[in-house]
Amino acid sequence: MKFGVVVFPGSNCEADCYHVIDQVLGQEVEYVWHHRTDVSSYDCLVLPGGFSYGDYLRCGAIARFSPVMEAVGAFAHEGGLVIGICNGFQILLEAGLLPGAMLRNTSLRFICRFVNVRVENAATPWTNRAHEGQMLRIPIAHNEGNYFLDQDSLRRLEEEGRIILRYCDQQGEVSEEANPNGAAGNIAGVCNEGFNVFGLMPHPERASEEILGSTDGMVIWESVMAHHGGKR
Amino acid sequence: MGINVSVYISPKQGILDPQGQAALGALRSLGFEEVEEVRIGKYITLQLEDMDQGKAEERLREMCERLLANPVIEDYRIQIQE
Repeated sequence: MKFGVVVFPGSNCEADCYHVIDQVLGQEVEYVWHHRTDVSSYDCLVLPGGFSYGDYLRCGAIARFSPVMEAVGAFAHEGGLVIGICNGFQILLEAGLLPGAMLRNTSLRFICRFVNVRVENAATPWTNRAHEGQMLRIPIAHNEGNYFLDQDSLRRLEEEGRIILRYCDQQGEVSEEANPNGAAGNIAGVCNEGFNVFGLMPHPERASEEILGSTDGMVIWESVMAHHGGKR
Repeated sequence: MGINVSVYISPKQGILDPQGQAALGALRSLGFEEVEEVRIGKYITLQLEDMDQGKAEERLREMCERLLANPVIEDYRIQIQE
């Protein structure tokens, strides 16, 4: 399976993603510079975390107009697998490839710590190796992770099973106390209608090796590989 | 000459504004108890080349919709200086 890790000016998690795909998963991977306009040679695109274009104006607002994003959009519309992590998620929101927007964390603080998230739908390309209700311990690191969506759209998202991850406590309960940033419905990750585009605030690439304190992020990578393998 | 423009971006009504909430709390604790609400947004100034006012307004709306504001969470107001 061949991954492309998209690099914007200001991305800073691209090397972590590359490392995990290359060294831990043993898959083919290349960096994709933001000027590229052809991404058709990849099986899965990763939009990594960071501060693309300095997060000026709004997180992801400038990056979404970079040349590569038109190609990413076309790739996604054809069913291509796209995962946006943290700033990558924010870019997908700004690009309209996923619904909603990010507000500042209610605490007004940059939060960098491990959180628990619960898998809400295990029948997706990104979670098929997990089970529904499974708890994952994965770190977050963001200032704007307060997911917002109007009530009607939120209900629709829920009905369609497109809420993939929710922040939860140690017991797996989705509670206000377990919500680190104020996100609507404790949402930590959502998919598009076709489930081929996935955005999440937690960083699975930072939880894919024992030495980093958790390997719970692996289930996401393993799921997308299983999905791709099954398709071929 | 050019056209001077001010664009005001504000969080939509009903959207929680954590920055505004924090400023509200701070103002109240300073004794400004009359303050009932604070909303914090952005103020952007632009300078356009001379053009038809109607055309300028149309272009500015497009700039706001596409880039300067995020319609999911923000409202915008355009003010063209006389």
